Amino acid sequence: MKSNTDDEEFWTRSRLGAFDFGPEDEVKESRQAVNQISHMVELNNDDDMQKFSWSGDPVGSISWSVRETELSSQSTEKGVADTPSIIKSNSGYSLTSLFKGKAKGGLPEKNFLSFSDALDDSPVRLHTAEIRNPKFEYKDFTSDWSPEESSRRLQQGKAVPLEKFRSLRDKLSLLDSAISTNDGNVITAVLIHLKRTLSREVLFRELASRPTALRHFIQYLNETGEQKVLLQLLGALGRTEEAALLQYKEHLSITDDNKRRDFLKSCLRLLFSAEDSAHVEDHFTLLERQLMIQATDRQAECGGKLPKRASVLNMPLITTLAYCCFNHYSKPEGNFSSPLNIRQTFKITEKQYFMTALAARAEMKAWPDVDALFTSRKWLGLTRKKPPLSFQRVVDILQKNSAPTQVLQDYVAMVEDAELRISLAQKHNCHDIVINMYRDQKDRLQMIRYRGKVGRGSAEERKIDELLNNMQIRWKN
Amino acid sequence: MAAHLSSGRVNLNILREAARKELRVFLDKCAGSKAIVWDEYLTGPFGLIAQYSLLKEHEVEKMFTLKSGRVPPADVKNVIFFVRPRLELMDIIVDNVFRSVGTLHSSRDFHILFVPRRSLLCEQRLKEQGVLGSFVNIEEYILDLIPCDSDLLSMEYESAFRECYLENDQTSLYHTAKGLINLQALYGTIPQIYGKGECARHVANMMLRMKREFAGSQNQILPVFDSLLLLDRNVDLLTPLATQLTYEGLIDEIYGITNGYVKLPPEKFAEKKQGEGSKDLLTERKKLQLNSAEELYAEIRDKNFNAVGAALSKKAKIISAAFEERHNAKTVVEIKQFVSQLPHMQAARSSLANHTSIAELIKEITTSEAFFDNLTVEQEFMTGIDTDKVNTYIEDRIAQKEKLTKILRLMCMQSVCNNGLKQKVLDYYKREIFQAYGYEHMLTLNNLEKMGLFKPQTSSRNNYPTIRKTLKLWMEDANEQNPNDISYVYSGYAPLSIRLTQLLARPGWRSIEEVLKMLPGPHFEERQQLPGGLHKKRHQGENRTTLVFFLGGVTYAEIAALRFLSQMEDGGMEYVIATTKLINGTSWIGSLMDHPASKAP
Repeated sequence: MKSNTDDEEFWTRSRLGAFDFGPEDEVKESRQAVNQISHMVELNNDDDMQKFSWSGDPVGSISWSVRETELSSQSTEKGVADTPSIIKSNSGYSLTSLFKGKAKGGLPEKNFLSFSDALDDSPVRLHTAEIRNPKFEYKDFTSDWSPEESSRRLQQGKAVPLEKFRSLRDKLSLLDSAISTNDGNVITAVLIHLKRTLSREVLFRELASRPTALRHFIQYLNETGEQKVLLQLLGALGRTEEAALLQYKEHLSITDDNKRRDFLKSCLRLLFSAEDSAHVEDHFTLLERQLMIQATDRQAECGGKLPKRASVLNMPLITTLAYCCFNHYSKPEGNFSSPLNIRQTFKITEKQYFMTALAARAEMKAWPDVDALFTSRKWLGLTRKKPPLSFQRVVDILQKNSAPTQVLQDYVAMVEDAELRISLAQKHNCHDIVINMYRDQKDRLQMIRYRGKVGRGSAEERKIDELLNNMQIRWKN
Repeated sequence: MAAHLSSGRVNLNILREAARKELRVFLDKCAGSKAIVWDEYLTGPFGLIAQYSLLKEHEVEKMFTLKSGRVPPADVKNVIFFVRPRLELMDIIVDNVFRSVGTLHSSRDFHILFVPRRSLLCEQRLKEQGVLGSFVNIEEYILDLIPCDSDLLSMEYESAFRECYLENDQTSLYHTAKGLINLQALYGTIPQIYGKGECARHVANMMLRMKREFAGSQNQILPVFDSLLLLDRNVDLLTPLATQLTYEGLIDEIYGITNGYVKLPPEKFAEKKQGEGSKDLLTERKKLQLNSAEELYAEIRDKNFNAVGAALSKKAKIISAAFEERHNAKTVVEIKQFVSQLPHMQAARSSLANHTSIAELIKEITTSEAFFDNLTVEQEFMTGIDTDKVNTYIEDRIAQKEKLTKILRLMCMQSVCNNGLKQKVLDYYKREIFQAYGYEHMLTLNNLEKMGLFKPQTSSRNNYPTIRKTLKLWMEDANEQNPNDISYVYSGYAPLSIRLTQLLARPGWRSIEEVLKMLPGPHFEERQQLPGGLHKKRHQGENRTTLVFFLGGVTYAEIAALRFLSQMEDGGMEYVIATTKLINGTSWIGSLMDHPASKAP
C-alpha cells in the first residue's frame, strides 16, 4: 500500500518537537535529595499521616476491613466442615414453600407489610406487590390507578397491580406513561408485564413505533440472555445485519472447536453486509484449515517427526502463517500447511507475508531461507529484489530474532541513507561497515574515536590502525 | 479524612455528608448486629463516602466479598448485600441464600441494598428463583455523584458511554438528571443551563421536567452554581484518544487510577520496610491514594510531566533545608519547636519520596523510543499531517503485535482527524486487524464505526482542519513549564471540550456558531426560574462558578485544563467538574470492545 520511500521518509523525518526533556534530570536531583534526607534523620517508616497496610489500602478503609474480616473468618471456618447445601439446582420444587415453613413465618408477615405499605405510603420501600407476590389479591385494593399514577407509583417503588391493565389499549397507555417517566426501571417493569401477556407479533409491532421502549426491551433481552426472542425481534424489525452479527457473536461462547467450526459454517448463510460476509467466510475457512493442520501435525508429533508445538487452533491468521513458516516452510504450494498456500488462500499482502516469513526463518536461524527472500528467480537467473519494507525494518526484525552480526551487516549495508546506515551499523556493532564508511569519507577524527569502541587487539582494531597509518589516504581532518 | 473536599470553591463535603446520613439511616433500619456482603466493585466508590468506622458504629461486625457458595459464618442477626443491580450478581445472592438454609445461621435476616438504583428486573430474577420473599428490606442507595476531590464528582458509571451512544440506552442519562436534581436540592437551583449534544439535550429536558413535577416544593437555598454546562462526549471524540501528558494523566494512562487509588510496581517503594517479611510481599503492587489532601500532589498533578521534575527538586530543597534546621536548634524552646514540626516534615518527606518514585517510573516510559514514536504520530494526526493514507507506523505496530487497544486508539484518532477514512484505507486497516488479531474483532470494529470513531468518509469535505483552526486546537509553542494556555496538557493540543467551555465563558458561543454546527448534536441554553430573593448579589470582581458535566466520561488532562482556567487571574470563572466516569483512551476504547483481550486465546 505504501512505497518504500514513504517508509524510509517516516523513519528519518524530523519530528514535532513537543514534549522534550530538558538537559537536566531534575527527577534525579529529587531522588538524591530524598535519599539524603533519609540519611539525615533516623526514620521509621510509619510516619505517614495516614496509616496504610502493606497491601496499600489505608487502614480503616472499607476494602481493607473486608480483607481483614475475611482473613480472620477463614481461620475460624477451617474447623467447620462444609455443610452440604440443601438445594443446588433450581429444579422442580418450590423454594417459596421452604421459606413458608420457616419458624418466623416470614411470608404472611411480609404480605401484610407490603399491603400496608401500598396503602399508607410508609417510607419502608417495598415495591411492586405484583412482583413480590403474584398470588396477592389485588381486588382488595380500593384504588383504581390511572396509567400515569401507576407509573409514578412504580417510580417511587410502591406496589402497583399491573394485572389490572387488561385490554391492549390499557396496556399501551400504561407503556406510554412509563416511557414518559424516562425511568428505565419503570419502562422495563411494564415491558416484562407486556411480554408475558401479549403475543410477540403484537408486542413487536407496538414496539416498532416506540423507539425508547424498544431500546429498553432489547437491553432487557440482552441482559436476560433471551437470544431467540431478540433475534426474532430484530428480524421482525428488518434489522438483519444486526441480527446476523448478534448470532455470529455466539461463537465466542462455544468451546468445542469442531462445533465452533460447524457453527461458523452455519453463519455463512446469515444476512451480513457484503464486507462482513467475506470476513466471516475467512474466519470459517481459517478455523477449518487450522483443524486440518492440527490433525496432521498431531499425528506427526506422535510419530516423532515434529517436535511438540503449541496449538494453532483459534490463532489469528498471521500467527497461523508464522506457525506454518516454522513447521512447514518447505512444503510444496499444493500442501494445505504450506505458507504459500495459506498466503494464496487468504490473499495475504506481500508485506505481511514477507515480514512473517522473515521473522520466523530468522528465529529458526535458517539464514539461507532469509537470504532467499531477497532474491527472485527470473528467466535471467537469480536477481536481487527490493523487499516490500525498508532495510531498516528488516534489520530490526532480524535483530529482534537475535541474528548474528555477520548476517546483520549484510542488510545494514543495504540501507540507502548514509547517516541512517552508519548509526544502525554502530548500534549493531557492524564494525566493518562503520570503518569502511569513515575511510570513504576520509574522516580521520571519527575513525580515531571509533577505535575506542572496538575490542582491544581485535581484527577491527588492526584494520583501523592499518588505515590510519596508510599514507596514501588523504584524510580530510 | 475528607477535609480536602471542603477546601474548594464549592463545599463538596456537604454532598458526602448527605450520602453518609442516608447510609446510617439504612443501617439503622436493619436493627441488631450485621454483616455486609459486598459486590467488590462497590467497595471503591463507597470508600470515598465512608470508612469502616462509620459502619462499625452501626453494628456492622463482619464484611465479606460477594461470591458463590455459603456466606462465611458470622454470629450476626442481619446479612446485608450491597450490590449493583446486575443479574449475574442476583444469581450469586440466590446461591448464598440457598446455602444458608438449614445451617446454624438460618434465622438470620437478609437485606439487599441496591446501588445506585434498585431494579425491578433483578427483583424479578430473585422472584423466579424463589428467594425474593426471604429479604426483609430491599432498598436502593442513591449514589449518583460521588465526590472524588474538592472540585470533582463522578458517577463511576462505567458503561455510560457505551450505553448512550452504542446501545442507545438512556438509563445513565436518567440517573444523571436525577443526580443533578439531588445536587440542586443541596446547592440550590442552577439558574442557567447550557449544553451541546443529543444526550445533553435529553438530560436538560428531563431535569426541567422533574423540576416542574416538584414545583410544589420551592428550593430556598441560595444558588452556589451560576451555570451548568452539559457536554456530550461524542462532541469531542478526539481528546480521550490522545495520550495525556500531565502528571496525573500519565499515571492514569500507565497504571490506571481507580476511585482515587493507583497500584504501582513495588520495586521503587521497597525502601526500609523492616520487620515485615520481605520477599513475597514485594510481589504485591503498592497501592497509593491520590488526591488534593496531599499537598505535594495537589501542586504537581496538573502540571505537564516535563515540569514535574523541577517542582520535585524544588520541593526536595525546601524539605532538606527544613531538616537541616535541627543544627540551628540550640535552646530547649527551639528544639521543641523543631520536634513539633517533625510529623509534618516526615509526611512531606514521605510524600516527596513516593512521587519521586512515581516520576522515575513514568520517566522510564516517557523517555522510551516507543512512547516518543507513538506521540509523534498522534501529533501528526492532530495537526492534520497525512491523515488520509495508510500510516506506516500503525502498520508496523500491527506487525509487531502491539496491544490492540493502542492500535485502535491511533486508528480512531486518524479517522476522527480526517472526518472518516477513505473506504480503501478503512478496508486495508480492517484487514490488517482481522488477520493479525482475529476475525472476531469484526464486532468491535462495527461498534467503533457506529460510534463514529472509525468510519468511512461520508462527504469529501474534511471539516476537522476548520474546527482545529477556528478553535485553535493546535498551539505551536505550548509552554510546558509556565503554561499560558490549556494546550500545555497535551504539549500542543488544546482539548476541544475545554476550548468549548472556555469560549462559552468568554466571549460566548455566538462567536463560534459555524463550528458548533459542524459538531454533532444541538447546542442550547435554558434558564431556570429562581424564587425571588435568591438572586445572587455579585460583588465586584467575584468569580462565577460553572459546573461542567461530561456525559460519557472525562480525562484527567481535561480536568487539569479546567483547573488551569479556574486559576487564571483574569478568568473570572471557576469550574467544578462532574462526569459519568473518569476515563482514559485505553479504558474508553476497552469499554467499546466486544471481545475483551482477556478472553482471547
